[in-house]
Amino acid sequence: MDRHGLDLALTRITHQVLERNREFTKFGVVGMQTRGVFLAERITRRINEIENLSLESGVLDTTFYRDDYRIALRKPEVKVTSIPFDINEMNILLVDDVLYTGRTVRAALDALMDFGRPKTIQLAVLIDRGNHELPIRADYVGKKITTKRNQVVSLKVSEIDDEDSLWLMELEEGD
Amino acid sequence: MDISIQHLLGLDGVSRQDITLILDTADSFYEVLQREIKVVPTLRGKTVVNLFYEDSTRTRISFELAEKRLSASPLNFSVSNSSVSKGETLRDTIKNIEAMKIDMVVVRHSCAGVPNFLTQCTDAVIVNAGDGLHEHPTQALLDMMTIRQKLGRLEGLKVAIIGDIFHSRVARSNAWGMTTMGMNVVLCGPPTLLPQHYDSLGVPITDNLEEAIDGADVVMMLRLQRERQASGAFPTIREYRNRYCLDLDKMYTLPDNVLIMHPGPINRGIELASDVADGNNSVILEQVTNGVAVRMAVLYLLGGGENG
Repeated sequence: MDRHGLDLALTRITHQVLERNREFTKFGVVGMQTRGVFLAERITRRINEIENLSLESGVLDTTFYRDDYRIALRKPEVKVTSIPFDINEMNILLVDDVLYTGRTVRAALDALMDFGRPKTIQLAVLIDRGNHELPIRADYVGKKITTKRNQVVSLKVSEIDDEDSLWLMELEEGD
Repeated sequence: MDISIQHLLGLDGVSRQDITLILDTADSFYEVLQREIKVVPTLRGKTVVNLFYEDSTRTRISFELAEKRLSASPLNFSVSNSSVSKGETLRDTIKNIEAMKIDMVVVRHSCAGVPNFLTQCTDAVIVNAGDGLHEHPTQALLDMMTIRQKLGRLEGLKVAIIGDIFHSRVARSNAWGMTTMGMNVVLCGPPTLLPQHYDSLGVPITDNLEEAIDGADVVMMLRLQRERQASGAFPTIREYRNRYCLDLDKMYTLPDNVLIMHPGPINRGIELASDVADGNNSVILEQVTNGVAVRMAVLYLLGGGENG
C-alpha cells in the first residue's frame, strides 16, 4: 500500500464512521501510540472538514496495561498519554495501525476505562492481519490481509518516517 | 531501551541514560496520577516489602502509595513491632521474608551499606530508601524530576544545596546524580558540617551562603537536626539561623524564577523562613507529589521479570 492507497483507506473509514455516527457532540477520536496517533489525527481532520467541526484527537499509551510485563517478554518504552476531553458518556473511536493478536487493543480498552465510562468504543484499524489471540474485532478495517506469524507488518507515516507506506517483511527463522 | 541497573542502591555510578529513562518514565506516571482512576495494573501479583529500620513517614507512605498505584501488594515491616526487637539479625530477617516469595525490597536503615549487603543475601530487587549517611537516591530523582518539570531542563543549571551537608544523604545523592546530568552543584554550610571530600569530586564547597546562592537557578535547603548543636557543630540555633536561614531578605537577591526546594520535614524559622517556604517560588509540595511518580517509575523499571 502506498500513499494513495493509505489516503483512500482512511477516507473510506472516515465515511463509514460518519454513516454510523450521525451526531458528533459527544464523539472523540483516540489514537494508540505510536502510528495510530497519526492515523487518528488524519481521520479527525477528515471528519472536521466534512462535518465542519473542530474535534481534537487524543493519544493513548497502553504500556502500563500490557499483559507481557509480568513475564518479562519485554519492557516497552513508556510513551505519552494525553486525552484532551472527558470521555464519560462519549462515543469513542479508537484508532490503531495494525490489528494482530488483539492484546494491545485489550490493554487499550482497560486503559480507556480508567479515564471514565465511555458510552461506546468503536475500533478502527488500517490493517487487520489476522492471527487474533483474543475475541476482538475491528468495526472499521482499511485492508484485511492474510499473514504468517513469522511476518512483520510495518506501517510508515510521513509525520515521523518521511513517507507513507506499508511493508510486509519475512523474518528469518529463529529471529 | 532497558534500564541497565538491577537494583537502586544509590546514584553514584548510575549513568545519564538510566537517570533520564527514570525521569521520562516518572513523567508518564505523573500523568497517570492526574486520571480519574489513579491505579494501573502493571505490577499486579508482585509483592514489595517495605523494610524500615528507621523512622520515616513521608518516604514510607510515598513508597506504599506508589506500590498500591501500580497494583503491587505492599507488606510493611517496621522494627518496633517485629522480630528484630527480639534480636534477629538482618540476614535472618531478609531470608525469612524471602522464603515467603517476595519480589522487591524497599529498605531504609541507619547503617550505610545495608541495601548493598542485602543484594548478597537475596534474589529480590533492592531499592534504597535511605541508608545512614550514604545515599537517598529516590529523593534526588524526585528533586531532578521537579526541576526538569519546572525549568524544562537540567543541563547547565546551578543548584545550591545549603545546610548540614555532612549528615545529609540527600545532598550526597543529589551531588552524584546532578553532576552526572550536567548540573553545577554548590554545597554550602558551616565548616563543621561541610566535608572536604566533595572537593575531589569537583563539587565546590563554601561556608558563605551569599556566595553559594549567587546566580543559582535552584536553592535546596536541608533540614538542620537540632541535636547537632549538642555535638558542637555550631554554637547556637540563632547563630545558625543568622548565617544560613533562607529568608525574604536573601530571596530578594535571587532571580524571580528561582526554585526553592526542601526534602522535608521543614524546621520553619531555622533553615527556611515560613514566608519563603509558602511563597510562590517554593516547589516543596510538588516535590512530594513527584515523589510518588518517581518511585512508581523505579519500581516499574526494576520490577519486571519472572523471578517470583
